[in-house]
Amino acid sequence: MTATVTQRVMSVASDIFGIPPSTLSAESGPENIQSWDSTQHLSFILALEEAFELQFSPEETETIKTVGDAIKLVEGKLPPAGG
Amino acid sequence: MRGTHLRQEIDKLVAAGDSAAALRLLAELWRREPTSATAAFTVSRYESLRAATSFTPHRVALLRSFTLEPVIPLLRATAFSWGIDLSVHLGDFNAYPQEILDPSSTLYSSAPDTAIMAAQTRDLAPELWNGDSGVAPSATVERVLNSFQSWIAAFRNHSSANLIVHSLEPAPAAPSAAIEEINHGLHQICAAYHGVYVLDYGALIARHGYANWHDEIKWTTVRMPIRAGHLIHLAEEWLRFLVPLSGRSAKVLVVDLDNTLWGGVIGEDGLQGIQLASDGPGAAFQAVQRALLDLHDKGMLLAISSKNNFEDAMEAIERHPGMILKSEHFAATRINWGDKSQSLREIAAELNLGIDSFAFLDDNPAERSQLRAALPEVTVIELFTDPTTYAATIRDSPVLQRLTLSAEDQQRTALYAAERQRSSAAQTFQSKEDFFRSLDQTAEIAPLTPATLPRVAQLTQKTNQFNLTTRRYTEQQIAEIAARPGWQVNSLRVHDRFGDHGLVGVAVTADQGDCCEIDTLLLSCRVIGRTIETAFLAYLAASARSRAMKVLRGWFLPTRKNSPAKNFYAQHGFRQESSNGGGALWSLDLEKSEITVPDWIRIHIPTGASR
Repeated sequence: MTATVTQRVMSVASDIFGIPPSTLSAESGPENIQSWDSTQHLSFILALEEAFELQFSPEETETIKTVGDAIKLVEGKLPPAGG
Repeated sequence: MRGTHLRQEIDKLVAAGDSAAALRLLAELWRREPTSATAAFTVSRYESLRAATSFTPHRVALLRSFTLEPVIPLLRATAFSWGIDLSVHLGDFNAYPQEILDPSSTLYSSAPDTAIMAAQTRDLAPELWNGDSGVAPSATVERVLNSFQSWIAAFRNHSSANLIVHSLEPAPAAPSAAIEEINHGLHQICAAYHGVYVLDYGALIARHGYANWHDEIKWTTVRMPIRAGHLIHLAEEWLRFLVPLSGRSAKVLVVDLDNTLWGGVIGEDGLQGIQLASDGPGAAFQAVQRALLDLHDKGMLLAISSKNNFEDAMEAIERHPGMILKSEHFAATRINWGDKSQSLREIAAELNLGIDSFAFLDDNPAERSQLRAALPEVTVIELFTDPTTYAATIRDSPVLQRLTLSAEDQQRTALYAAERQRSSAAQTFQSKEDFFRSLDQTAEIAPLTPATLPRVAQLTQKTNQFNLTTRRYTEQQIAEIAARPGWQVNSLRVHDRFGDHGLVGVAVTADQGDCCEIDTLLLSCRVIGRTIETAFLAYLAASARSRAMKVLRGWFLPTRKNSPAKNFYAQHGFRQESSNGGGALWSLDLEKSEITVPDWIRIHIPTGASR
């Protein structure tokens, strides 16, 4: 079984921001994650692009304010599962 | 999800204090997923395990004209995986010209071991990048080369650190002869300085595809010109310089035979059946052999560890028409059915080299994983299953890179072969002294010259066993030391009736008042135990006395490897003056004691080299 997009985005966020996956939720963002500064934000975006092999437009990048936003955006950009 | 599971296991092992197992799994995780996310995780865990390991510290300064922050975790994670604990000083965005020219800048106060200058074509030569026809290309070439010349000269003036300079990448607008001209000029400028290297940035991009490398969206928004998935390739390219510059290159590469040097299994397929030819499936294996021959020619020692019948394997090596490597290219051979970790230990003993300087190449993942578990200090080269990728993997591996090629390197395998003859000669003499006499040894001692500088620095980097203080110096540091008043850097060359051993010893001394202190005294393991060390010390004592020194003294600083030098000072009449946690200080009263050169060694001081 492969991991869901949600699990994979959470895993990337956990690595990049250095916090356990269990403490992350869709609402996690700069407000409640101390290490989420502008440098780490860029690292998070790049890590997602790398992990899902896609590229975000500047507008899309701006919509990412929380982990939940990132999940939604990635899900929208991936080809539908199962082909 | 294997990666998540591995992360949990690693954290359990870290919490339980099992550093060795945690390090093994961290290396496995990084091999599996060398991504930005994994990099952040592995760096933080490696940092927590720092105390339990012997990582080589290295400081790097990045001078850049674009956003590099997200590359740093990838760079550090890759470095950790090669045994290097890298600390990174990141220069201000686009401030590299000022930082280089200002001796009080943070670039120099960060005291880097290596600086990397990553400037881009679009910043340095925008008219070429954009294809502006209004400017004469020759004017741009001259301007850019003048800039490089003044930056590199200023850097060398203010720092002895290594410098890696990115060359210019081709422009998208049009292929440009002007850019080639700049890169050609850059190579010439860098060649004039010690420790300045060109990173062929265009070739790096080409390897991964010019069309895929850039990210114009990120460039225009956050000044990050490289696509996320390629940042790791930039980090890996830097490591091809940083691993050898940190002294973490392998000295010996042990290779398997079946399905590594040729396709198929010699014991089953026979001499006619194995694949090794200039075309067809055997071509991949000839490419492997060519890559290995190139390493051999650059001074890497090659050795064989294979599970085979000895006769079958040797027949293939000696008789197969497709073999590019011959038996004389291998400094040691273990072909048997035993465990490969045992073979590697035996090869290390035979060559008299530390096993942590070994790398291992084998197509069989089971052998690789067994070796990783048995000998974690050996670098195991990871191979993909497709043999056509093997040669490139060998060429690209950071531990197999050589930056400075000294003449001694090229002769080394020949010397080890001669050493075997010498060992057998030793058995037929009645006494050690008879044997020493029969060797007809000459020790040539000379002050540092530009020609010997690379080898002298290399010896301080690589010599572990007969090394009193194990102080590691770069070429720049050695040159700087030799220029200090009262300091002397001497090199030792040995030849005997079997041949020239090349440059095998280094002594660095400093006169202060009436006391001469030995800062560094080392001898390559090739000539240990033949009383050359006594002759070298006798020369240092006589030379100090001739400069009116009254005392010769030196530290012995113990390491895991240098026990062969432990009793050296005591054996030559030195008294222990003091000791601390790090080592002991020994001294010899030059007015009362004398060290004599063994009568079987001739000391030769080249004319014009006396002081």
